[in-house]
Amino acid sequence: MEITLVLGVPLIGGLLLALTGHKRYAAELNALMSLATFVAAALLTGRVIADGPMTALHEQLFIDPFNVFLVALTALVAFTTALFSRPYMRIEQHHGRLNAARLRLYHSMYQLFTFMMLLCLLSNNVGVLWVAMEGATLTTVLLVSLYRTPASIEAAWKYFILCSVGIAQALFGTILLYFAAERVLGPGGTALLWTHLYAVRHQLEPTVVSLAFVFLLLGFGTKVGLVPLHNWLPDAHAEGPTPISAVLSGLLLNVALYAVVRSKVLVDGALGRNFSGDLMMGFGLLSLVVAAFFLSRQKDIKRMFAYSSIEHMGIVTFAFGMGGPVAAFAGLLHMTVHSLTKSAIFFTVGHASQKTGTQNMADIRGLIEQSPTIGWGLVLGSLAILGMPPFGVFTSEFMVLTTAMHEHPWATPFLLVALGVAFAAIFGKVQPMVFGETTARRLPHPPALVPVFLHLALVLLLGLYIPPYLVEWYRQAAAFIG
Amino acid sequence: MSLANQIVNLLAALLLLIAFAMLSQRRILTLIKLLAWQGGALAASTAIVAYSTGQPHLYFSAGLTVALKVGLIPWVLHRLIDRLNVRWDIETLINIPATMLIGIGLVIFAFALATPISQMASVFTRSTLGIALASVLLSFLMMIVRRKAVPQVIGFLAMENGLFFAATSATYGMPLVVELGVALDVLVGTFIFGIFFFHIREQFDSLDIRHMEKLKQD
Repeated sequence: MEITLVLGVPLIGGLLLALTGHKRYAAELNALMSLATFVAAALLTGRVIADGPMTALHEQLFIDPFNVFLVALTALVAFTTALFSRPYMRIEQHHGRLNAARLRLYHSMYQLFTFMMLLCLLSNNVGVLWVAMEGATLTTVLLVSLYRTPASIEAAWKYFILCSVGIAQALFGTILLYFAAERVLGPGGTALLWTHLYAVRHQLEPTVVSLAFVFLLLGFGTKVGLVPLHNWLPDAHAEGPTPISAVLSGLLLNVALYAVVRSKVLVDGALGRNFSGDLMMGFGLLSLVVAAFFLSRQKDIKRMFAYSSIEHMGIVTFAFGMGGPVAAFAGLLHMTVHSLTKSAIFFTVGHASQKTGTQNMADIRGLIEQSPTIGWGLVLGSLAILGMPPFGVFTSEFMVLTTAMHEHPWATPFLLVALGVAFAAIFGKVQPMVFGETTARRLPHPPALVPVFLHLALVLLLGLYIPPYLVEWYRQAAAFIG
Repeated sequence: MSLANQIVNLLAALLLLIAFAMLSQRRILTLIKLLAWQGGALAASTAIVAYSTGQPHLYFSAGLTVALKVGLIPWVLHRLIDRLNVRWDIETLINIPATMLIGIGLVIFAFALATPISQMASVFTRSTLGIALASVLLSFLMMIVRRKAVPQVIGFLAMENGLFFAATSATYGMPLVVELGVALDVLVGTFIFGIFFFHIREQFDSLDIRHMEKLKQD
């Protein structure tokens, strides 16, 4: 019941916003629908706390400790981003960058995008997960090119082609998985259901499953933004509207990584050795190091934080690749705190570039003088994402680092150097942007600051104290990931 | 080998041949025709697998393939070409003989990759999985070497054809809900591509991807 509600609300919201056209209250309606989705997700979470894992709709949907917190997180960030987008898009309209027809497209696609991500997370069927992931690309591609500038069209085309080709590899992986599972489970619907696949994972044919995993990793890895499949990511983040950058970075990357981790669990069962883990560690470390070195070369503020997302996805992929209860726990925690922190950063970055009229970091100066809240929001967000204690990112990175020292000491220097380089690059660029003489102007609408500080407060809380039921979920999910 | 089996193998060979023909073709109109033919071969092989295995939902899948990939999508592309008035010959990044040689290498690679799987497959699927993978990789190559937006999209659609062939001939079809979802995604994707053609031409006065190199990698 609650599962249907979680999926139904954004779907109806998307259709409603598309049909009614752009009205004065469209932004409020968008936020309201997102709030309703969040309430439904909270109810669902309550149900899972009380009754444990469950399936729905002839086993096509399911929820377990691994996806329940991602559903709650997705619904929360989608809601706060909708709050942020309300004044942000008004200001964009005021500045004449958007008209009513495009805002209608924007609001409707925003809801459908939320729907697609939630469907990815809740679907028990690998094939439906694939369909929803492609759907998430299709709904955002027209949002990346929303401003219709040459650069945004180029970014959207790149995003569309690279992600479609990438995800086509994942479809081939899914077909191979079905090919292997069909021998054990028989033809028909059940051979693609995660719950059934997990039950028979030790009987699956190892050669087919390992080949399937390579294709699934390449396919979904493109959407995670793993190096060298990351080319679309900085462009799509820099050229699209900022609320879309926030949800792409904070949510879509998590969802794609979720698909990779689900496949990994299956393959580990079939192979009995750490084939998938080694691949993920390799890709994770490569993404972390390459992204860290690209950070210092960036001139555009949104591109820089997009590279920072690649870096953090690298850390999480590496953590899941190492495996074991502590590393998997750290990976789950890092997914949560990265998503909250990065979206908060994009909120402040969005308003900062509206105030200064540019995304070029050299032209953004003295944010604190003109608007202390945006300036300090950016400083705190950057410190949090760089892993400063007492923020939650520190906790998870510390756990990843200590596990790596213990089990894979060769990886430690790479991790430390990459984190150090990232710190120097981001901190060195953020500092002149917030202090000194200001270049900022006043905005026609008051900026949205509640979401920024709400997110940062949650990240701070997770660094100091993690609520017991959350710990319990992370533990159960970590035990499942292994 | 039964007759049905032989026909499926013949159609698989045809699919691969069409993939090569696309790789060597310079004219956009012919490319669209080839795409429709490839869809036809795919539908025929799906129907034969449906007949010989007695799985009714594969008939539905074959019908869907005919409607979408032989009918609607080529027609939409044709209309777009007319509206945009782009009938020029395509330039490629690498000359065509070299592309063909790379293509042959890819086919060998695909077969080598699929061999261990083919050995444990049923009689039906022995050679088809390799061919499906080969045509996916050939379409991939086509997307890489073509500079214009329209052939890139045709390459993408040909890749979907290869994937569908893998799904229907190698595994007797995915569950219906998945096939419907994939078909819907391809359809929506084609329409979005269509919208994009107009945006790209409006902004760059050309459908040449070379103009889109402002966002350099750094």
